[in-house]
Amino acid sequence: MTALAFLPGPFVHSAFDARCLEVPDKTAVVAADREVSYRELDERVNGVANALHAAGIGPGDRVLLLLDSGVDFVASLHAVWRLGAVVVPLGPQTKAAKLAHVLADTGARALLTQASLAPAWAGLSLAPLVWAQGDTAAQPWPQPATTARFSGGPGNASELATLIYTSGTTGVPKGVMLSHANMLAAWRAVQAYLQLAHDDVIGLALPPSFSYGLYHVLMGLGIGATLVLENTAAFPMRLLQRLAAQRVTVFPGVPTLWASLLALDLSAHDLSALRLITNAAAALPAAHTAQLRERLPHARLLLMYGLTECMRASYLPHEEVDARPDSVGRGIPHQAHWLEDEHGQRLPQGSTGELVVCGAHVSVGYWNAPAGQPGRLTPGPHPGENTLHTGDLFRSDADGWLYCVGRTDDMFKSRGEKVYPLEVEHAICELPGVREAAVIGIPDERLGLAVKAFVRLREGATLSEREIIRHCLARLESWMAPKTVAFVDELPLTESGKLRRRDLA
Amino acid sequence: MSTIKADVRRYIEENFLLGAGAVSPSDDDSFLEHQVLDSTGFLELVAHLEETYGFKIGDDEMVPENLDSLNAIEAFVQRKQQGAV
Repeated sequence: MTALAFLPGPFVHSAFDARCLEVPDKTAVVAADREVSYRELDERVNGVANALHAAGIGPGDRVLLLLDSGVDFVASLHAVWRLGAVVVPLGPQTKAAKLAHVLADTGARALLTQASLAPAWAGLSLAPLVWAQGDTAAQPWPQPATTARFSGGPGNASELATLIYTSGTTGVPKGVMLSHANMLAAWRAVQAYLQLAHDDVIGLALPPSFSYGLYHVLMGLGIGATLVLENTAAFPMRLLQRLAAQRVTVFPGVPTLWASLLALDLSAHDLSALRLITNAAAALPAAHTAQLRERLPHARLLLMYGLTECMRASYLPHEEVDARPDSVGRGIPHQAHWLEDEHGQRLPQGSTGELVVCGAHVSVGYWNAPAGQPGRLTPGPHPGENTLHTGDLFRSDADGWLYCVGRTDDMFKSRGEKVYPLEVEHAICELPGVREAAVIGIPDERLGLAVKAFVRLREGATLSEREIIRHCLARLESWMAPKTVAFVDELPLTESGKLRRRDLA
Repeated sequence: MSTIKADVRRYIEENFLLGAGAVSPSDDDSFLEHQVLDSTGFLELVAHLEETYGFKIGDDEMVPENLDSLNAIEAFVQRKQQGAV
């Protein structure tokens, strides 16, 4: 099986199912020094799927995953897909308030989770069926099973496979709907240039609950490679030791992760097996790109750009990295893309405008989106294709190379994660002493941009910076919590009374 | 309780945990597993330890065995202090 000839399908889990039969004794996952073969993983998938099926969960039902990166996450993912149900992966940092929102929004019937995350899920009022790994009052984690005690599964590829919750302009997280066909189309396009192979060892220090990490799980297991799941990103020296010890060949990263690794002496570790490294989530500073090329010269470096709504929209081929490190490339295979001005007019090459992408990989829409509101996702010109207005402003040159120049809205990225100021502002305003709040990103060496809040207190209220930060940490994922808070007497407003964030600094 | 553990617990409660509803980690709980600290949080904790106890923490010492629970930190700080004498 050559990498290029590999075409996954008809469903997102089909390739993994085939590998379980083909290479049962091969190591599928290495997590926390435990090796799990494809056969063992298959049995764990059966165990979870049997338990869900016995509880009446089947095609179309939403199942939440609130789990650390590890074997249970990977098994749950494929179990839900095999049943034809819909996976809703949530990062382990998800707090109780967001979990309650996602549960209510999805109407999910089941939650697969773990004891150490009980503070987020134990108090849920809309109680779904809960299975938890570890010692809790919930149903114990399903035992592995050699046989599947269910039949069926998804009916056709247009059915929903995954809902990924992402922050949005309205300040409330919304579910990006990805059908089996969407995910397979993205997979095929990415595999065409990534060329993952069965003998790859993929080191994944990224959370598999987000698009970038999630696709590495399914692509890696679909091709019969070995996944090394690492929860060691907080300990960069340990991560390097693990990459060396496991002879990792493929390592996807994000700018903050690269920055923490580049702060160490890479030459002290044997990284000779590394053949492919990639960056996504946010632009890699040109200085770090140059350092990666110099210090890991044997590894192909790909700079990529994507969004949850389409997984990937562009990549810069390795041969171009030295010549144009600030470009994200010229799109991906099987996709149409163009730049538009603010009136929706297509612009010629050499212009600056919002990037619009169209193809089978683009999400069919947002879950529960109010009817009649077109939003960012609209049907494309051909059946099975959708169009995404990315909200990202790009400049293109005469040859079509794309260069990111900004956003059409207030979203910014901190630590490579999306921050919509409105969501943070809403959280801060829940504090009784707060009258109003405004949030911006300020340049930060480590985080790219750091969240800064400007807070106007009510008369007589006393709140400290730490109290506001702690409140946000309890309410939001940690990258959204402000790093600094400034107390102000007033916020800059437009004549119509709207907040003018660009006047804050 | 040892003063090292008490100090670090206070630091974590003041900076990372909300008063109401938050459960303070037990002495052996992994901060990572219990979502008490993320990678940025560990860097802040390291800066706090360096400032409070007056020693430098090397890159190779930033490993979970030294930093990922109250017990681990206590043992690590004690080793560092003995080494410095």
